[in-house]
Amino acid sequence: MGRENNPCATVPETAPWGMATIRAIIWRGGVGAVFAVVLLPMLAVMWLSFFDQEVISFPPEGYTWAWYVNAWEKRQFARGFVNSLQLALLASAIGVTLGTAAAYALVRAKFPAKSFIGTLLLGPLAVPGVVLGTALYVFFVEFDNAFDFQIVATLPGLIAAHVLLTVPWTVRLVAASLQGIGPAAEEAAANLGARPWTVFRRVTLPMMRSGVVAGALFSFIQSFENLELTLLLVGPGRSTLPVEMLNYLEFRIDPTLAAVATIQIVIIGALMLITDRFVNLSRVVS
Amino acid sequence: MTRLVLEGLRRTYGPTVAVDRVDLEVAQGELVALLGPSGCGKTTTLRMVAGFVAPTAGRILIGGKDVTSAPPYGRDTGMVFQGYALFPHMTVAENVGFGLEMRRVGRAERDTRIAEALRLVRLDGYGERRITQMSGGQQQRVALARALVVNPGVFLLDEPLSNLDARLRAEVRVEIRALQQRLGLTTLFVTHDQEEALTMADRMVVMDHGRVRQIGPPEELYERPADLFVAGFLGRCNTFRGRVESPGTFRAGAIALPCDGGTPGITSAMVVRPERVAIDRTTGRLPGRIAMVTYLGGLTDWHVQTDAGTVLVTRPTPTDGDALRHLAPGDPVHLDWSPAAGRLLPDENPTDPTTGVSA
Repeated sequence: MGRENNPCATVPETAPWGMATIRAIIWRGGVGAVFAVVLLPMLAVMWLSFFDQEVISFPPEGYTWAWYVNAWEKRQFARGFVNSLQLALLASAIGVTLGTAAAYALVRAKFPAKSFIGTLLLGPLAVPGVVLGTALYVFFVEFDNAFDFQIVATLPGLIAAHVLLTVPWTVRLVAASLQGIGPAAEEAAANLGARPWTVFRRVTLPMMRSGVVAGALFSFIQSFENLELTLLLVGPGRSTLPVEMLNYLEFRIDPTLAAVATIQIVIIGALMLITDRFVNLSRVVS
Repeated sequence: MTRLVLEGLRRTYGPTVAVDRVDLEVAQGELVALLGPSGCGKTTTLRMVAGFVAPTAGRILIGGKDVTSAPPYGRDTGMVFQGYALFPHMTVAENVGFGLEMRRVGRAERDTRIAEALRLVRLDGYGERRITQMSGGQQQRVALARALVVNPGVFLLDEPLSNLDARLRAEVRVEIRALQQRLGLTTLFVTHDQEEALTMADRMVVMDHGRVRQIGPPEELYERPADLFVAGFLGRCNTFRGRVESPGTFRAGAIALPCDGGTPGITSAMVVRPERVAIDRTTGRLPGRIAMVTYLGGLTDWHVQTDAGTVLVTRPTPTDGDALRHLAPGDPVHLDWSPAAGRLLPDENPTDPTTGVSA
């Protein structure tokens, strides 16, 4: 951070330790502390993944890439990664489509019980994952019995469950961006001869693009890293990456998991950076 | 020939009547301004014409065709919105060309007409700019071009000048009027700004609480208002309450004032425009004392305390040497006006005996 673009750094040269300087130091220190709290656990995991020892102790005895090699050789992580990716992509695609449609109706249309439905759509955010997973498991079992149709431990069942995670995020982010743009541009398009679907495709959708992209990103992350819900509904041979990591943890504690987590952090971080190039994420989320 | 006809137009929201029995005809090439305070129903009326609000009762005809239940995209209207409602994700040219694209006009003709429309609003060469790179005044002109390029049968303007600063507003006002006359557009214009309506409109419609109060050319509405609301809404006026004593004499309490004709014995209100009141140090039928002097540059306002209440007088600022030049609060003066300036109107609030200035 350069001195010229810091609003606090307007200190006269003659008084290097004036009140303004002290305030600036406290301010920078505070901001730094917040960043440290957010970033340190991630940096710690990344650091651990290179420790050259099975049982973690400080200071490290040395550094190695061996855990990354191990993570690659244990095929369950790669399988879990592919499963997670497949699940997260499908659940996000369905959730973003449904959530966008719902958000559009909630913001633009008038119908009875609107605010109730709005709250209901955000509901899954408020229910702990384990509770949601258990409830869905019981429900799926009952469904299987009633209709003689296997849904427990199938991919469609898991996707349906994950859609519950992706819809609330999309509804929230898309509704926020829709509220920001107002109906005037849509009316202008209709006035110029555009039919409703054309208005949506040519005006509404491009204008709320940042909300949809942010919704998709957050949906993907939510689904990709979900453990609690997935644990209860996943079928044999279809374990996702977080579930595989937990399974591994039951038998061994070594930095392999740190290596896997580091790869995951890098992938999600890259995803966010790429998304930020197209839409200003900080603007949409705040 | 595109004529706009509104017949018995009405819109209610639950128990609230937003627009009530509005009848109006806008002739080909005519500019009609809907004027009134906020909530008077002028915007709802415009939005019914555009098709964004469905009328509860009544009919809308554009060029003789009943469009009452037609969707917005099926009506031959071009609208300029209050906040312009431009498409921020498109360039200026794409914005202007949108209506043509919807009408399936071919690429070559579209480009020609976009260039033409941009030239019309003096924005030639700006086609590739993004909307966010344009100033408020330029955005306003893009919105005009976008509405005009499709040759709409009816041109609708919803407070198009309210987001511009005062100087630009006066400029754009003249520009819109010139364009409208040159293209012979049948135009309905919504505004709450009386000056805008007075300077631009062929005819004005003054609305209040969903009802039309008076329809007519600007001079008629200003000089011969039909009621106290119209008189008070358009320009400023002095209102006196009392009764007609004899033709030409109005009695407000103990004071006799000149008025325009009248039937003796009728209780009524009388309004006098402040620029029609003569002020003099020595002669005049209504004596009083200066309460306040407001210098407005070319004009000066005097608030004069009289036995008939406070009277507002507006006159060109006196030059040096004029006896009125240095009038100060407390100075005695005399007011007078010709009988023709004292317009008699039905008193809508006869129990209230107060008289005085309403702005």
